[in-house]
Amino acid sequence: MEKTIQNKNSKEGIGKEVIGLIKANIRDYMMYIALVVIMLFFSWKTNGGFLQARNLSNLINQAGYVAVLAIGMTLILIIKHIDLSVGYVAGFCGAVAAILITQKGVNEWVAIVLVLALGLLIGLYQGLLVTRVGVPAFVTTLAGMFIFRGLLNLTLQKTGTIIIPNEGFNALSNGFIPDLPGLGGDIHILTLLIGIAAVVLMIVSRVRDRQNKIKYNFAVTSTPVFVFGLVFVSVVIMSVIWVLSSYSGLPWTAVIVAVVLLVYNHMLNRTRLGRYIYGIGGNDQAAELSGIDVKKVTLFAFCSMSVLAALAGILYTARLQSATPTAGNGFELDAIASSYIGGTAVSGGIGKVTNAIIGALIIMSLTNGMNLMGVDVSYQYIVKGIIFIIAVAFDVRTRTKGR
Amino acid sequence: MSDYILEMQQITKEFPGVKALDNVNFQVRRGEIHCLIGENGAGKSTLMKVLSGVYHYGSYTGNIVYNGEIQQFKSIADSEEKGIAIIYQELALVPEMSIYENIFFGHEILKGRNIDWNETIVRAKEALDKVRLYVDPSMKVKNLGVGNQQLVEIAKALSKDVKLLILDEPTASLNEDDSENLLKLIKELKQHGVSCIMISHRLKEIIEIADTITVLRDGSTVCSLDVRENRITEAEIIRHMVGREIEDIYPKRKKKEFGETCMEIRNWTVEDPVKGKEILHNININVKKGEIIGIQGLMGAGRTEFAMSIFGNPTGYKITGGEILLNGEKVSFKRPKDAIRKGVAYVSEDRKGNGLVLIQDIKYNISIANLEELQEGVSLNENEEINIANSYKQSINIKAPSIMQKVGNLSGGNQQKVQLAKWMFVKPKVLILDEPTRGIDVGAKYEIYTLMNQLVEEGMSIIMISSELPEVLGMSDRIYVMSAGEIAGELTAEEADENKVMAMAVRS
Repeated sequence: MEKTIQNKNSKEGIGKEVIGLIKANIRDYMMYIALVVIMLFFSWKTNGGFLQARNLSNLINQAGYVAVLAIGMTLILIIKHIDLSVGYVAGFCGAVAAILITQKGVNEWVAIVLVLALGLLIGLYQGLLVTRVGVPAFVTTLAGMFIFRGLLNLTLQKTGTIIIPNEGFNALSNGFIPDLPGLGGDIHILTLLIGIAAVVLMIVSRVRDRQNKIKYNFAVTSTPVFVFGLVFVSVVIMSVIWVLSSYSGLPWTAVIVAVVLLVYNHMLNRTRLGRYIYGIGGNDQAAELSGIDVKKVTLFAFCSMSVLAALAGILYTARLQSATPTAGNGFELDAIASSYIGGTAVSGGIGKVTNAIIGALIIMSLTNGMNLMGVDVSYQYIVKGIIFIIAVAFDVRTRTKGR
Repeated sequence: MSDYILEMQQITKEFPGVKALDNVNFQVRRGEIHCLIGENGAGKSTLMKVLSGVYHYGSYTGNIVYNGEIQQFKSIADSEEKGIAIIYQELALVPEMSIYENIFFGHEILKGRNIDWNETIVRAKEALDKVRLYVDPSMKVKNLGVGNQQLVEIAKALSKDVKLLILDEPTASLNEDDSENLLKLIKELKQHGVSCIMISHRLKEIIEIADTITVLRDGSTVCSLDVRENRITEAEIIRHMVGREIEDIYPKRKKKEFGETCMEIRNWTVEDPVKGKEILHNININVKKGEIIGIQGLMGAGRTEFAMSIFGNPTGYKITGGEILLNGEKVSFKRPKDAIRKGVAYVSEDRKGNGLVLIQDIKYNISIANLEELQEGVSLNENEEINIANSYKQSINIKAPSIMQKVGNLSGGNQQKVQLAKWMFVKPKVLILDEPTRGIDVGAKYEIYTLMNQLVEEGMSIIMISSELPEVLGMSDRIYVMSAGEIAGELTAEEADENKVMAMAVRS
């Protein structure tokens, strides 16, 4: 995401430009700073344990399901709705996956497809209630929270927790991508190559974007600032990749989240559907009068949310290698908090899935770090709640000033 | 005491990058009606916000001398305490509350620690009497018409013992009758010693009512004219506002050639399902290719309801009868999308409320109704989008630094141009314009009229709904007059005049 400011006078110097950039994008920068501060704090408290390769892989695997939920939730929040049911929808779908694999003998890949289809059905049910019947999303999904919690308990009533002895399935949240054949050394070469490819792609797309802007005479950042930004992001990506490749490589979860992220990011920024979603969030009446089928788009958002909740359920179940009756408890809060921390506007119409991922990283770094430190779970809830409120309060303040 | 109730001296107010007010001097005599005029963006609203304390003391330079003392307002509450009340264009009433609750909202009458409702109702009644609104004060505000809501706002101000009343475009959303009532009321208040500052774009009423006219342009005072003795003409005012002469407010079309009937609506009857009563009865209208028809009627005549009901009916009225024909072919629109596909576009009267997405940029708002055309594979062709937005920005003169500017930051006239660009991009056959120049300054109005002429010359048909009678008379080829949900009459441009139209509008 290219940050632009209106630098009327390019002779003002880089110093002024940087200050201007910071002022214009303080909301985003604060988020990155918060993430870095949180990570440094936990590294200090755990004597570097937090940033070790093992824990970083762990963190990615743990954050995966929240990241997936946060992506879906961002769409819902942009169009000024909410989905409180995602936690137990995830829990329920995970349990169904476990039953299918262990008791019905269904192939794990078929089971995954079936469970995603189940998610779609749930999304249709809730989305139709919201759009056709007109029940507010808050009520619909609050009821959903109860219904799917009940269904989750019913599903596991006879068996209790189901252990899933299926390596392929569990690898989704515990496994790593294989290395290129014949190259199994200390360093995971394929991971390194993927990292390099990602950096190159990012640089190419940003340079192209910038050239385009110059072509149309739009304000762009000056060359030194632009290059610095590119180098900085590349270094961050490559450091993470380096740490990961010196351990077991890229986790499958990271691959899944990346794919979901790329699809949704493209959808929101480059397709009609994305425009419609922002339009409905910004002014639903104007959207309707512009020929947008508001109900259809809203229905889509709920379906997408529930399918992603099902995917999150699969990731979480694979992570624990078992389905438990408590799965899904509090996921909705993590998802909503991630999205808001990632800068989705409380008043709707504004939000980015890429930033929601950063939000998810912040929330899960807190969980992971406090677990490492051995902080009691009660305190963990309180800390997360406070961070959530601070993030939203900061967001609201910076937005009203920006007007 | 000095002659002036208010003197604003050398007021300068800067926003990041913009000098909104530059050394403005503004003086209001005690007990006069002072009209403040200027194009949109000239700084009228900013000046009033400085005066009322919205922009607190210290955020501007210069002095506010009120009743002979320098004031340092930190908030609206401070200015209200001194007897300054401001009534905004967008009314600040709570629709679900009763009239008396609204009048004393924020300064409730207390008996001990509790609200004294009896006293409140009695005092509300007094305030309503002063504005000659004879309704039950326990009525909910939402059940009042816009004109009467405005009166409630004024009653609210009067209940606070106001000395200086500021009205920001009070008649913009009123019909002729209500406007006249309001102006009469303002004159009465003047007799009772209330000074009044009125911001308005309606030159006719300014000439009728003003004692002094101050013109702002680009953040500076152009002139302050005492018009108690010296009459002033509209042309003179316009010259001061825009700094140039506009010969004719309504530009003439080069050619007037009408083709076949493009759209016809027959026996259109619509019911409001909530109230369960018929709001439109047996309406028949038609518009030819290359023609501008005007639909005139008083507020509440059902003009906007009519437009919405034929444009895919997004508000969910019950259409109990009638049909729409496009080029002789019968069509039915289930939602706005269907109407747009068939070449009918509707530019809303409420551009902020349901026309534009204010938090998005110009480019976004121009392309949003026709993204199909930009589709390329799985993505949108964003370069093409930029080209299109830029070309509209240039061709219809949208004043903004770039198409990346958020629409919420544009002036009313430029927002309206963005709305028009959006629908021009859809390339409709029939364009329905609902109050196309409401709240827009003279210069931008002229540009929009010119654009309308250009569009019909290119073969579009325009249905213009407007409560501004001169505009309807000046722009339309044919005029339908609506009254109480029915077409009360049809007039050609040649035979129509103000008297005939008004006579039809008030007939039933």
